[in-house]
Amino acid sequence: MTDTLADKAAGATPKRVVRKIRGLSDRAIAWIFVAPTIFLLLAINIFPLIWTIQLSFTNFRANRLTREPEFIGLRNYERILTDSDIWLNMQATAHFLFWTIALQVLIGFTLAWLINKKFKGNDLWTTIIVLPMMLSPAVVGNFWKFLYQPQIGLFNYIVAFFTGKEPSSFEMLGSVQLAPWSIVIVDTWMWTPFVMLICLAGLRSIPDYIYEAAEVDRASKLRQFFTITIPMVLPFLMLAVLFRGIENFKMFDLVVQLTGGGPGSTTELTSINLKREAFEKWRTGYASAYAIILFVTVFGLASIYVKALNKVKER
Amino acid sequence: MKKVTSAAVGAALITSVSVPTMAMAEDLTLCWAAWDPANALVELSKEFEAQSGHTMNFEFIPWPNFADRMLNELNSGGKLCDLLIGDSQWIGGGAENGHYVKLNDFFDTEGISMDDFAPATVYAYSTWPKGTPNYYALPAMGDANGWFYRKDWFSDPEIQAAFKEATGRDLGEPKTQREMLEIAQFFQGREIDGKTVYGASIFTERGSEGITMGVTSALYPWGFKYENTPGSYDMEGAVNSPEAVEALEFYKEFYETATPPGYTNSYMGESLDAFKSGQVAMAMNWFAFFPGLYADPATGGDKIDFFVNPPQNQAGSTLGGQGISVVAYSDKQDAALEYIKWFADPEVQAKWWELGGYSAHNSVLNDPGFKDSAPFAGDFLEAMGAVQDFWQEPAYAELLLAMQKRIHDYVVADQGTAQEALDKLIEDWTETFEDEGKL
Repeated sequence: MTDTLADKAAGATPKRVVRKIRGLSDRAIAWIFVAPTIFLLLAINIFPLIWTIQLSFTNFRANRLTREPEFIGLRNYERILTDSDIWLNMQATAHFLFWTIALQVLIGFTLAWLINKKFKGNDLWTTIIVLPMMLSPAVVGNFWKFLYQPQIGLFNYIVAFFTGKEPSSFEMLGSVQLAPWSIVIVDTWMWTPFVMLICLAGLRSIPDYIYEAAEVDRASKLRQFFTITIPMVLPFLMLAVLFRGIENFKMFDLVVQLTGGGPGSTTELTSINLKREAFEKWRTGYASAYAIILFVTVFGLASIYVKALNKVKER
Repeated sequence: MKKVTSAAVGAALITSVSVPTMAMAEDLTLCWAAWDPANALVELSKEFEAQSGHTMNFEFIPWPNFADRMLNELNSGGKLCDLLIGDSQWIGGGAENGHYVKLNDFFDTEGISMDDFAPATVYAYSTWPKGTPNYYALPAMGDANGWFYRKDWFSDPEIQAAFKEATGRDLGEPKTQREMLEIAQFFQGREIDGKTVYGASIFTERGSEGITMGVTSALYPWGFKYENTPGSYDMEGAVNSPEAVEALEFYKEFYETATPPGYTNSYMGESLDAFKSGQVAMAMNWFAFFPGLYADPATGGDKIDFFVNPPQNQAGSTLGGQGISVVAYSDKQDAALEYIKWFADPEVQAKWWELGGYSAHNSVLNDPGFKDSAPFAGDFLEAMGAVQDFWQEPAYAELLLAMQKRIHDYVVADQGTAQEALDKLIEDWTETFEDEGKL
């Protein structure tokens, strides 16, 4: 009889160790292996979360360690939820989330559908399309800042070429109306390839025989698209939306590089505002409450979404 | 061999016992912002290294990240810096939170007198609570926000004639804020040497302190005050006075009608770039940059001249500059204090000015030849005579961020009115002072 890998590993275990662990149940051994991970999780995730919750009920400031923090109940939560400026930040975040996801899904799926068609140079185009997502957000932010520069920026010149406007007559980053769209454009440029790759995986997982059966039943291409392609790619698409939604909810680096939250507070997303409260103003207790509110929002929305995703997968 | 070893151990023991009375050669780190004067300080400090035997290391942080990086370092009790040339507004936090070593005893022992330094710089860079004889820094680098302009354009007969025709005045250095705006508007969009140029580059940056430093250069000449009575935190009627509203409206008009397109988030670097690339006729910036600007081969020399921030209802310039402090968390405080003693020496201060640093020492500033020692020296003296600084409270960062937001919202994002912006600023500041227990 041939020894299995497990038998070989057992045979290689030093006798001293074998003696020590003999008598331990499988469950105990499993705990020994899992314990370090659980300990790390508790130390890195759970403990800070509990501590943050505790701090959110105080007026603690991390830059005034000599001052004893006071328990102030729900005051921080009340202040945040009644602050109209914070609701404007929430609106800016919602605008950014909605439009980036909508555009990325639309363009990403279209690109995946086109790439999925067999044509010459298919692989080369795939590589070129995914290049933006391989760049650092700081680099992307910086070079788009130059592209948007009204006097020398390529973006303004391209728009001017098509519209006949003066290139320096509009400012993508300096205008209250255009700045929210400028960050949507850059994020879409950078992350559409990610959505495309996930959609491509979905499209390639659809067996050809389903389309062949549909052809036999004389289903039109449009009918095939809506009754086969879309339903079968939907779980993949929903997964891409989940990933992008969570990522963009905490978007920071790209927007800071591009606009710094301006003009005024037009593109000040919640993550930028939270960073200012926590590490520039040092209102640690207040920022903790803010973080908990955002955490509950993301966690709640993500839970509902995952349930919906599972239902789609079950169908 | 054994005898030699015993002797060596004995000598080492004797040396170790006598160490407290001798200064050991240390590796000192001085932290500051990364800009022209920092390079001058590196050059200057070589003399200290030669004299003391200590080695100087430098940690220079770019301006936009300077406050963030250094305040985090201080708040976490970091030992990166033994000496810190920190912004004037940090003095309150540095003193109250125990980040800076109090220097009174050291000054008394070493015979360093604060009377030897310009009073405005001692008040702004060294004292906490303000104006009291409690010193946490030695004035290291005097600075204020000033202006520079294209002298070659201003002296061009065609441009002069066009200006006279347009305004009825002679083109020259502005005597008031309004005159300055008129000149900037005249240059806005004008063709010079086949190129479209613009009026002036002003500070509009949102992330750190830019727009606040810019707008206060308009607020102070209009007579802006932070409190009705100093120390009372009574801001209603002071911060949002009719003069303050008028000054804020003026700054917005300046931004909208006399600056290059796209300068929505510009500070020191962008101002220098706009001027050096020949885009603007005038630009605001800190005096610290003026030696470098004057030396610039393309736009310096006889093509540039300087003027102090023009008055309106009164003279007023935004204070820059910093004092040098010993960080309380440093393990090398003795050596750091030695550096401060050396730096306070009048001869070293004279050399500091020669190399491009702005000394605040009276022996340098009151020297009869000082005004003529550089084309901007006289303007610097004039500016330092009417400087005003932002809040220097321990909660300075919170107060600054509130102002950044309210002013940027109004000036750049065009939201609300000047009155509303200043009213909201009072609300923000009141909340901060309430949290601080000062109201």
